[in-house]
Amino acid sequence: MSDTSQPLYAPREPIFPRRVTGPFRRLKWWIMGVTLGVYYLLPWLRWDRGPNLPDQAVLLDLASRRFFFFWIEIWPHEFYFVAGLLIMAGLGLFLFTSALGRVWCGYTCPQTVWTDLFILVERWIEGDRNARLRLWKAGWSLRKVRLRITKWLGWLTIAVATGGAWVFYFTDAPSLARQLVTLDAPNVAYVSIAVLTATTFVFGGLMREQVCIYMCPWPRIQAVMMDEGTLTVGYRDWRGEPRGKHRKGARAAAVTRTATAYAEVDTLPETGQGDCIDCMACVNVCPMGIDIRDGQQMECITCALCIDACDEVMDKIGKPRGLIDYLALVDVPPADRTGWTPKPLWQHVLRPRTILYTVLWSGIGLGLLFALFIRSDIEMTVSPVRNPVFVVQSDGSIRNIYDLRLRNKTGDDRQFQLSLTAADNLRIDLENSDTDTVVVPADSSLLQRIYITARPAEAAATRDRTDLRLWVESIDDGHRASVATSFNGRVSP
Amino acid sequence: MTSPGPETDSPRIVDEETGIDTTGHVWDGIRELNNPLPRWWLWTFYATIVWAIGYCIAYPAWPLINGATAGVLGYSTRQEIARDIAAAAESNAALETALASADLPTLAQNDALYRYAVASGAAVFRTNCSQCHGSGAAGAKGYPNLLDDDWLWGGAQDDIAGTVRHGIRNEVDPDARWSQMPAFGEVLTRDEIAALVENVRALSGQERDATLAATGATLFADNCAACHGAAGLGDREQGAPNLADAIWLYGGDRDSLTDTISNARFGVMPAWSPRLSNAQINAVATYVHQLGGGETAAPDDAAASQ
Repeated sequence: MSDTSQPLYAPREPIFPRRVTGPFRRLKWWIMGVTLGVYYLLPWLRWDRGPNLPDQAVLLDLASRRFFFFWIEIWPHEFYFVAGLLIMAGLGLFLFTSALGRVWCGYTCPQTVWTDLFILVERWIEGDRNARLRLWKAGWSLRKVRLRITKWLGWLTIAVATGGAWVFYFTDAPSLARQLVTLDAPNVAYVSIAVLTATTFVFGGLMREQVCIYMCPWPRIQAVMMDEGTLTVGYRDWRGEPRGKHRKGARAAAVTRTATAYAEVDTLPETGQGDCIDCMACVNVCPMGIDIRDGQQMECITCALCIDACDEVMDKIGKPRGLIDYLALVDVPPADRTGWTPKPLWQHVLRPRTILYTVLWSGIGLGLLFALFIRSDIEMTVSPVRNPVFVVQSDGSIRNIYDLRLRNKTGDDRQFQLSLTAADNLRIDLENSDTDTVVVPADSSLLQRIYITARPAEAAATRDRTDLRLWVESIDDGHRASVATSFNGRVSP
Repeated sequence: MTSPGPETDSPRIVDEETGIDTTGHVWDGIRELNNPLPRWWLWTFYATIVWAIGYCIAYPAWPLINGATAGVLGYSTRQEIARDIAAAAESNAALETALASADLPTLAQNDALYRYAVASGAAVFRTNCSQCHGSGAAGAKGYPNLLDDDWLWGGAQDDIAGTVRHGIRNEVDPDARWSQMPAFGEVLTRDEIAALVENVRALSGQERDATLAATGATLFADNCAACHGAAGLGDREQGAPNLADAIWLYGGDRDSLTDTISNARFGVMPAWSPRLSNAQINAVATYVHQLGGGETAAPDDAAASQ
């Protein structure tokens, strides 16, 4: 190894993204407002479910194993809904990545959204890029200490609110808030808040792009989901190069100032000077600290802020927008541009691949919705006792034992009646009961053991297997459910 | 200068595309870029080393010949398990005390105690009883099925608890349930036993030789009715089985019946009172009672079984 080689380890190079305005920045402000607003406020939304159920609109009640989402209540055995949502999230990622590249990373990833918020606080307190650069280079002074402490306190406030909002999803928010203030909350609440506060502060304030580059697997995974037709943030080097200082009005008159006039721009005669004036605006606004003009790279989260920054400059120097733009590899023109026209945007997004993903995604979504609406508020599962498969009674009749799990998914106590249908005449008895009804309390399940008996003369008593169907019916509203099971008799040798 | 790579390259090669140094490692002409790791990653690595050293000092870590180093905190998984078991026992102490002196026939009215009795009784059953009676309590030849409605010594809660407490035909407990059927092979002739077998099959309504059964009826009245009753309905005071029902402990076929009458049977159950606590016996009796065959004690029966 040579003594002149680069170091094995490198410190983080601080990045001071400059403020930028433009349509993509506005879109990102809106997305930040909506996603953070939903995250912080959702636990406080109330939803009346009657006296026996919680009135929190979104509640993951781990202790009672219930998941409440507005009018939907998910029980543990219906966890396939969550699995279905995760599959939809996966397919959604395929869809969006194949159509729009790392659009999740650039706009909605919590790491991006919170980092954006932390940078906003940083800018309020320490000023824009140049002021922050100066402050960073300056030695420690009273002013620097004051600004740093103010900034960190601002970050800490956001971090605590983030960790605090998280725990409200798992229990009644107003009562937990009171407990947190009076220090009566469970330890797990304080620990969760502390851990999430720390991760929010460190990831959003100190590590930022390091999380995306070194800790997150998506940059690697998403790279293989993109193809030559995927729209992503790119630099029209054939238009911008050779870059150089701007000579006012050189070509301004020759082009229209519309963002969609690529074709005209791309077929302009070469003048020896590209449109890029090397103003570094795209580099200065980049939260990842890269130069988009080097081409597509792993670090780019496609936040599109460089598009806003460049368009601003292009407007100023009187050149068409879109030097940096959403474009795909197939948009790169061939060396001789004869007969070449760029593909319109919709052709990038609407491709067989993306249509297939959309069909799969919406198919699963419709399936989940269907499953959601055919759900019953009364459910039964049956597990026949297999050890032994039957019991001979003293009068020679054959008895089978079954454990029934009855679920009452409403907020009221209900009386359930049990019955059976079978080809043979079988008797049903409930353990510890002289009747065929049982009361299942509100929003709970009940284990009921039942006995089914065949008289010795009945065919089922000597048949190996007799199919039967157990029915449970709510006496109050007539809702019912049934399960198929079987009866085992004693086969004569 | 040496390099760990398969081939040695000249020092400091800079990659043209990226402007980044290579490590000097070359594989089939492919050079490895020297992208530096972030420094925080290195610090994280050092932190894990520091943590590991602290962990080795605080907790049991290094295996030695007679066990591992103890660690200054004195932590052990065995102690933790022992603490957990003690904590569970402590939290159940009130229920255990209540169960030890509970009135079994009315136990079901106390929902919490009843559920505790059934659950802990199931554990006691699996540990101590399932070896003979089976994990599903269905019994086997010579070991009664506890799920059906036929009981040799009574199927009310207190009857079952008494059987568990003192056992059957054991020499250990003076209060063990005791009875002994004589071996009629030394008393009756082969033909007489064959006739008796046909009569016993007639009592339970099975297929039989009517002529022989009629002969056997006299023999039954003389030799068997004292314990099994004139109609063969059995007698729970003596543990004499009901011969007129569909349930056979040793089998109702001709071979089994001939064997039973000739050589008699002597099923033994241990007395569990020294081994199991009162609460455990009450629990397992409650568990067995609710398996499906439990009987309700008549008031005088309950008094008699004490």
